[in-house]
Amino acid sequence: MHDSSSTRTPLGFDCARLDIFPLGDRALVIEVADEVSEASVDLVSRIDRTLAGARLSGVRDLVPAFCSLTLYYDPRLVERPGSEEENTLPFDVLRRQIEVLLQDIPADIGYARRLVEIPVCYGGDCGEDLAPLALARGMSAEEFIALHTAPTYFVGMLGFLPGFPYLGGLDPRLFCPRRATPRARVLAGSVAIGGQHSGIYPFPSPGGWHVIGRTPVVLFDLQREPISLLAMGDRVRFVSITREAYDGYAERSR
Amino acid sequence: MALKVLRAGVLSTLQDLGRWGSQRIGVPVSGAMDRYSHRLANLLVGNDETEATVEMTLVGPGFTATREVLIAVCGAEFDARVNGQPFPKARPVLVRAGSTLDFGRCRRGCRAYLAVAGGFQVDPVLGSRSTFIRGGFGGWHGRALKRGDLLPVSEPDARLFPSLHRKLSNASVQLAYPSWAATESSEWFAPGPYRIRFMVGRHWEAFAEEARAAFIGNVYRVGTNSDRQGYRLKGPGLHPRDPVEVISAAVTFGTIQIPPDGEPIVLMANRQTTGGYPRLGEVVSADLSLLAQLPPGAEVRFQVVDLATAHAASMARERDFALMREALALRAHI
Repeated sequence: MHDSSSTRTPLGFDCARLDIFPLGDRALVIEVADEVSEASVDLVSRIDRTLAGARLSGVRDLVPAFCSLTLYYDPRLVERPGSEEENTLPFDVLRRQIEVLLQDIPADIGYARRLVEIPVCYGGDCGEDLAPLALARGMSAEEFIALHTAPTYFVGMLGFLPGFPYLGGLDPRLFCPRRATPRARVLAGSVAIGGQHSGIYPFPSPGGWHVIGRTPVVLFDLQREPISLLAMGDRVRFVSITREAYDGYAERSR
Repeated sequence: MALKVLRAGVLSTLQDLGRWGSQRIGVPVSGAMDRYSHRLANLLVGNDETEATVEMTLVGPGFTATREVLIAVCGAEFDARVNGQPFPKARPVLVRAGSTLDFGRCRRGCRAYLAVAGGFQVDPVLGSRSTFIRGGFGGWHGRALKRGDLLPVSEPDARLFPSLHRKLSNASVQLAYPSWAATESSEWFAPGPYRIRFMVGRHWEAFAEEARAAFIGNVYRVGTNSDRQGYRLKGPGLHPRDPVEVISAAVTFGTIQIPPDGEPIVLMANRQTTGGYPRLGEVVSADLSLLAQLPPGAEVRFQVVDLATAHAASMARERDFALMREALALRAHI
């Protein structure tokens, strides 16, 4: 089912592999790569845009992630074309439609990829785990912050909580496994590191990632358009701010 | 106004068939755990199946009806009474203005659904009336019901069950309901272990033959730390052959995840949109209502099926449901 051999697919774009498989009897997954990269997210974005635009009958949600796109369908509403046999499963009907649609994808159809700057107050009360993480790496807090603010990150997925971005592009020197015991409560706005990713908690929540700072920016707001500050494919840069600037910002947006 | 909350119960929330279309920004689908009972309750009062119902858990809520309402209760068996008088589930019941509607304790199953003709009048958030407590939105102010809440009920559509409503309204008894009832799924009335069918998933092959055999060959118990987000299963722990590199991706209602402690978790209605643990498989949609009715301590046995079987089981349920809808339409108009 998961053929990992690298072949040029008969599709209208370069893709190491493309697997379509069921996720239960009401969803299917299109998987495009075995490794997370900006290229895999870009590929997912183009497939996402193409299929969203096609408005396939019966499909009620599309969920992009690092290397895959998941389609949720209502099997009663998947229309079987006249050419299909009567007992063809909705999964197979959709798979065939997807394969046809993916033979011709415009190159420029991907996400908007906006650049969003996010101010962060690092360390101290705002990021209790920064000091121990820096110490364990034999670096100063300043060096740690410099490494975290240097890259332009990409949003590889939104999940866990509404508006929670999984950011790719973290400096490998800052990779670190999740906390052995998750915290019972991580504050909203907490900027954290988990494994090879950086993320931001939009809501207060239990959490297993290492909290290194906090942003005054609101990530998820139902009264705002867009509701989620970040979307798949967006670029993110962190900008270090002082505690005073944080307090001032938080005060203004109240 | 229509229903005033006298007692909240353990966890009583408004739910519908879920919040679709916003998972891409991380918003969970939520919705009723036992979709079948939710839909049936709505059907019995003439509602569209997408109207919100009150999902109650283990200990139910109590209400005062501030006006006459036609209700139906489906799913778990609670000690349900109107003004102290027990009433049956799975049929329309007329509750007169000023009556007390009380649900007491759950006797069989785990969750019941209360539908009211016209539906609960709350604004949809991102297209759904389901309550999402962690996000604080949807349903009744994004939270479980509390004592003192006044739940508004929409005026039922005049086309819906007019003759039935009139007949019950004119009945001489205080608590009026028809002599017929809808047939509910009763699979969870039998003693366990219950058969739960699943399709193998993305990381099935990453588990050794023995681990896979252990999952299928043993009885698992629903853990006490199970909730609307996920069911934790107590039984033989499962560990992948070698550490698996799992790339986080979307999960679904019924996804069986294996966290590092080896204890399987079946993701339920309030699951997160994505997951990063190995995914052993997915429970077939036709068996999710049964699973949602199993309380902590219940025993289950997993059985592998293929997609065609899963689909056939789901369609068989839909046919039953369609027949019920037709039968009901006839009944209600006599």
